Amino acid sequence: MIRKVVANADVALEGLDDGMTLMVGGFGLCGIPENLIAALRQRGTRQLTCISNNAGVDGFGLGLLLETRQIRKMISSYVGENDEFERQMLSGELEVELIPQGTLAERCRAAGAGIPAFFTPAGYGTEVAEGKEIRMFGGKPHLLEHAFDADFALVKAWKGDEAGNLIFKGTARNFNPMMAMAGRVTVAEVEELVPAGTLDPNAIHVPGIFVHRIFQGAHYEKRIEQRTVRPKTPAN
Amino acid sequence: MALDKNGIARRIAQELRHGWYVNLGIGIPTLVANYIPEGIDVEFQSENGILGMGPFPFDGEEDADLINAGKQTITALAGASLFDSATSFGMIRARKVQLTVLGAMEVSDRGDIANWKIPGRMVKGMGGAMDLVASAERIIVAMQHSNREGESKLLSACSLPLTGVGCVKKVVTDLAVLDIDPERGFILRERAPGVSVDEIVAKTAGRLVVEGEIPEMTL
Repeated sequence: MIRKVVANADVALEGLDDGMTLMVGGFGLCGIPENLIAALRQRGTRQLTCISNNAGVDGFGLGLLLETRQIRKMISSYVGENDEFERQMLSGELEVELIPQGTLAERCRAAGAGIPAFFTPAGYGTEVAEGKEIRMFGGKPHLLEHAFDADFALVKAWKGDEAGNLIFKGTARNFNPMMAMAGRVTVAEVEELVPAGTLDPNAIHVPGIFVHRIFQGAHYEKRIEQRTVRPKTPAN
Repeated sequence: MALDKNGIARRIAQELRHGWYVNLGIGIPTLVANYIPEGIDVEFQSENGILGMGPFPFDGEEDADLINAGKQTITALAGASLFDSATSFGMIRARKVQLTVLGAMEVSDRGDIANWKIPGRMVKGMGGAMDLVASAERIIVAMQHSNREGESKLLSACSLPLTGVGCVKKVVTDLAVLDIDPERGFILRERAPGVSVDEIVAKTAGRLVVEGEIPEMTL
């Protein structure tokens, strides 16, 4: 077994320097690498390009790195929940590239699967298509999209083992598996780190080969963005 | 009288067919799940990675690791499955999902849709909407007939940045059900209870075809 365990979030980020491109897993605040984001803020690394479906909210998730102006550019599909983000974007302080969510996911997957580029119909006829090669397949126009190239991928899983194998829970899986596959250096934080041999090999979502460093997060807040419930006694 | 949001959702629910996988967007589309007709089994897909999405959880039972694409807490029904975002959009692009219902800021009489950006004012992003409209077999737009300024949202050409071209086939608004024929424009099929054809004509800026008697919706 090849051991991937590191002591903590700070050690896990060794070599993550100013100006690098990172993938950050999560959908909204679900399945985000909370501990790595906190450590990155502590380290003060700047001029980062972040590939992440969303940009967090004010005061949590990637919102924490926007507050400190550590992010130079965001590549996302939806950024509607963050006032500071909107302010920096409209004032031109923050560069933003918005791309369709399925294209974002596939550009991660392609990077992790050794596919340099692919064609997708998403975005044809819109400003997303500007400057891109268009080719017809089955009578339908498709855009050429390229795999991402990320220095680091920061992902979060539910359980992981010493060998770097990962298992996700619920919809916290989202972008984490493809980003884990895509990072030149992939760092995984997990809620529960277990010895090798504990997890059922049949149940592994991401094989440890894709994960370079793994640690158990010191604390998980797991904030809920839109708590929506129904009353326990239904009204008649 | 014009329909409220629940009325629009109720009318769209009549379009559901047994055995369909359905993706509901944020806002009015989400309400469609409350009005599934008797005897019809459908499964809801949320593009952040779940099939078999159930109702909102009971108070105190919400799970931070189980949300829908609108970031709301949800539950999973018996038979549900969970997957990553690439798999999710794989099933969308490969047309495994039979119906997509989403909101819009503008729709053109050729089936173009705009719903992600107002230049200089609002830029939230397209999320999964561009992938959904580019690939979905059936797209129903759920929206108000006019915007807050009272201007028609059914146009000859969208003025806002597009989400997709020539993809919308049906629109359900607070006033009417309309099909889109790219050659002829909006085809008026039904009107909301008590709403006149004249009102719909007056509030539709794009090409509108009115043929014969237009029945009232049955809700």
